[in-house]
Amino acid sequence: MLPLLIVTATAVVVMLAISIKRSHLLAVWLTLVGLAAAFFSLWVVAPLTPIQVTPLLIVDGYALFYMGLILAATFVTVILAYGYLENQSGYREELYVLILVAALGSTVLVASSHFVSFFLGLEVLSVALYAMTAYLSARKPSLEAGLKYLVLAAASAAFLLFGMALVYAQLGTMQFGQMAAMLSGGACYSKTLLLPGIALIITGIGFKLAVVPFHMWTPDVYEGAPAPVTAFIATVSKGAMVALLLRYFYETGLQHLGSVFLVFSIIAIASMIAGNLLALLQNNVKRILAYSSIAHLGYVLVAFLAGGTRAAAAVTFYLVAYFITTLGAFGVVSVLSNGERDADAIDDYRGLFWRRPVLAGIFTLMLLSLAGIPLTAGFVGKFFLVAAGASSALWGLIFTLIVTSVVGLFYYLRILVALYASPAETGEAAPAVLPALSRSTSYVLAALSVLLVWIGVYPAPILDAVQRAVSTLRLF
Amino acid sequence: MILVWLIVILLVAGVLAGVAGRVNTLWPRVISLVAVSIDFVLSLILWSENSSRVQLFPQRKWIEQVDWTWIPRFGIRFHLAMDGLSLLLIVLTFLLGIMAVLISWKEIQKGVGFFHFNLMWILAGILGVFLAVDLFLFYFAWELMLVPMYFLIAIWGHERRIYAAVKFFLFTQLSGLLMLISILTLYFTHHRETGVYSFEYKDLLGTVLTPHTAMLVMLGFFVAFAVKLPMFPFHTWLPDAHTEAPTAGSVILAGLLLKTGAYGMLRFVVPLFPDAAHAFAPVAMTLAVIGIVYGAVLAFGQTDLKRLVAYTSVSHLGFVLLGIFAWNELALQGAVIGMIAHGISTGALFMLVGGLQERTHTREMDRLKGLWATVPVMSGTVLFFALASIGLPGLGDFVGEFLTLLGTYRVSIGLTVVAAIGILISTLYALKVIQRAFHGPNANEWSIPDLGARELLIMIPMMLILLWLGLYPQPVLRTFEPAMHKLQEYAKPHSVLTLNPAVHTLSYNGRLPEIKGK
Repeated sequence: MLPLLIVTATAVVVMLAISIKRSHLLAVWLTLVGLAAAFFSLWVVAPLTPIQVTPLLIVDGYALFYMGLILAATFVTVILAYGYLENQSGYREELYVLILVAALGSTVLVASSHFVSFFLGLEVLSVALYAMTAYLSARKPSLEAGLKYLVLAAASAAFLLFGMALVYAQLGTMQFGQMAAMLSGGACYSKTLLLPGIALIITGIGFKLAVVPFHMWTPDVYEGAPAPVTAFIATVSKGAMVALLLRYFYETGLQHLGSVFLVFSIIAIASMIAGNLLALLQNNVKRILAYSSIAHLGYVLVAFLAGGTRAAAAVTFYLVAYFITTLGAFGVVSVLSNGERDADAIDDYRGLFWRRPVLAGIFTLMLLSLAGIPLTAGFVGKFFLVAAGASSALWGLIFTLIVTSVVGLFYYLRILVALYASPAETGEAAPAVLPALSRSTSYVLAALSVLLVWIGVYPAPILDAVQRAVSTLRLF
Repeated sequence: MILVWLIVILLVAGVLAGVAGRVNTLWPRVISLVAVSIDFVLSLILWSENSSRVQLFPQRKWIEQVDWTWIPRFGIRFHLAMDGLSLLLIVLTFLLGIMAVLISWKEIQKGVGFFHFNLMWILAGILGVFLAVDLFLFYFAWELMLVPMYFLIAIWGHERRIYAAVKFFLFTQLSGLLMLISILTLYFTHHRETGVYSFEYKDLLGTVLTPHTAMLVMLGFFVAFAVKLPMFPFHTWLPDAHTEAPTAGSVILAGLLLKTGAYGMLRFVVPLFPDAAHAFAPVAMTLAVIGIVYGAVLAFGQTDLKRLVAYTSVSHLGFVLLGIFAWNELALQGAVIGMIAHGISTGALFMLVGGLQERTHTREMDRLKGLWATVPVMSGTVLFFALASIGLPGLGDFVGEFLTLLGTYRVSIGLTVVAAIGILISTLYALKVIQRAFHGPNANEWSIPDLGARELLIMIPMMLILLWLGLYPQPVLRTFEPAMHKLQEYAKPHSVLTLNPAVHTLSYNGRLPEIKGK
């Protein structure tokens, strides 16, 4: 419980600090200190795990690992937001309170073992995200994105609630552990309420994961939201939901049900195909990254379907690589953005290598990792995903993964080509490039790149950590 | 450890060159040249040591190896090993690496540091491919070759470079991913049989697969190497990539990258799946012969000089593929000599064409008329390498083609005849080049500088090496011999190949794969 308490306390402290003295730097420092404290408290809590805190939350190794991941990602997002917001006018400090609240919601999600905490965590996360998305309300795209997200997320939350109610009506319990006991008991119960309930829950989860056909909000929200917020949505909110997905379905063994397996397979294949194909048509870097993240979640679902500890480890490892890559990519986008608009057109990147080689190099590394090229963490992650799928002989899914990966190369290469376009072709000087690169952001981006390559070349330590964390997960 | 040093020197030199490029344009070139030369000298030392060692320890499989744990949970090891085959290819790698650096001395003026970074890392990737015996590491190095090559073509290439680079990347990536599935299938089958997770070449050699699975898995590997080789009909990326790449890129592509495909066939396709490979051999050999003739015919039809040379690569490597799947001693020796000789002769041709393009800014043969008058030395050199390319006796390519045809004759007379016709067609294109571009009156009044000292420094050693290969290939064959015997041993266990001279058929456990000579 300690990490959660610390995050909550930090949010309150920052809020009070804003009312006492409005200072951007102070707010950021308080947030970072609070997040760091929460991160280190994970090690304090670790020897005491697993603890069931009320029927709602279970703090085991798995939850702690994901909490660490979320807190680290939030830390990076805050630093990116600091550099980004320095150029903005208006109220800047409240964003950090919102980020902390969103982080809190996510950490509750990964530790949840009950429908109530599932919903609570989800809503806390979502409401904070609505406000974060529309934060720069002076910009029309931001406001539009925030409203779209609000309406669609609220609708999906309603579906989720309905599904939970149906499952509760059938099984009489909302706790994951008890559900698992009931389903394995072998008692003949009718599936009339269970299956529709699961279907509706999948709808709610699918929305948060941004998989097809629940993905329509993704490109618009990613494009409209400020770049650091997009980074947060793309990593933390998806990662937390994946953690919950794994825990819920593996613990209750629901994914072995024929119809559930079929539904997830269709979702995975559709996401991989639609995500990669639709990205081909885009010219906006943020939208390309949005569609590619839809495809990546499709890949993750392939491993999820494989089932077992190996698959859970593959998914978690892939998420680690995905977090680093996405934070890096959106970090570059936010670094290049200025006060009026984000740097999201491909033309903003044309010839970037000749003007700012290190930044272009970092972006290249991130793109190569998304494409799954060796030397990057993305390659190792993709390798493990394919290995998990192959060990369960999911050949159709693996072939789709591979073919769509190659399709995905098209648009990554398109951005790469633009990055390295020679100066003669660039025409007039590139527009709207940020004045100064704040020191902290550059350190963060450099650290992310180093981490990316290190994990790509020597993944063994992280792999062991992931394996240890996943072994605490209760399987059906 | 020396194997690791060979790779590390290249990697570090690449990074240093990349950084030094900011300072001035000379430093990256010098750093790269020094690094590859050091590696070349080291590989020559290894070669000379090996010739004495192999007499004393004929049983030892690997000349050098490095074996470290990498990801123990998955049975992945960082295992590099060198035998005679890889040694020869590594020496070729460094030789062509030096030539590539030298030839770019004047040609590349923009982004010099990054260019040499990419060049060094391509060489490191190629080295990884030739040395890796852990299949994960092999795949890792295989993919690693791609990205710097892509950059080389896309940034420093000619007019249609983006198209060529993207096509190259996509073809290779897709085929590589198919190979990944095959590797994983092998890996999991091995685990099911023995309970051990391992990507080791030695461990996976003995995996027993059902014939159907073995064929599919072998095809996965085969396609990846066939695209690289390139084999008809997967060759369509090659003309574009070779034509649009800068000269050093073309040299590395033709000289080395294509050999990785042939190496993969030798090292992995046949030894890992002996039955499936032997069953598939007729198809592979037929496609190889089609490639020989098709490449030659298409080369004859080209007007773009560089594209013509690119198509000759398709033709020549058809011989190599033919030799590999004939799988007898003569054919294999022919294949290896063919690989080395082709690397040198086609590399030199690309360099000469590149030099021509720099001087005249065109690659069209119709515009380059009557060059002999103004650049006699260059024309003579082109003549030399063109004749080498068509298999003139006394030069390396001839030895390769001759041995390959000898070996193939024992397997199938028909294919040998068609392949020989391919040689005939190659004469046509080579002489067409000389006649169109060099002989005849100097209609367009070209007046261009002849080969300079730097270019002569590149050309003369290559000519000498080709002569040496053509007249005295015995050292090369001797180095390859132990490796060849080991490979043949691996490819034997499930069946016994017998020769039936009376009917010239390949008889195999009673199941005839239906190649009959006429």
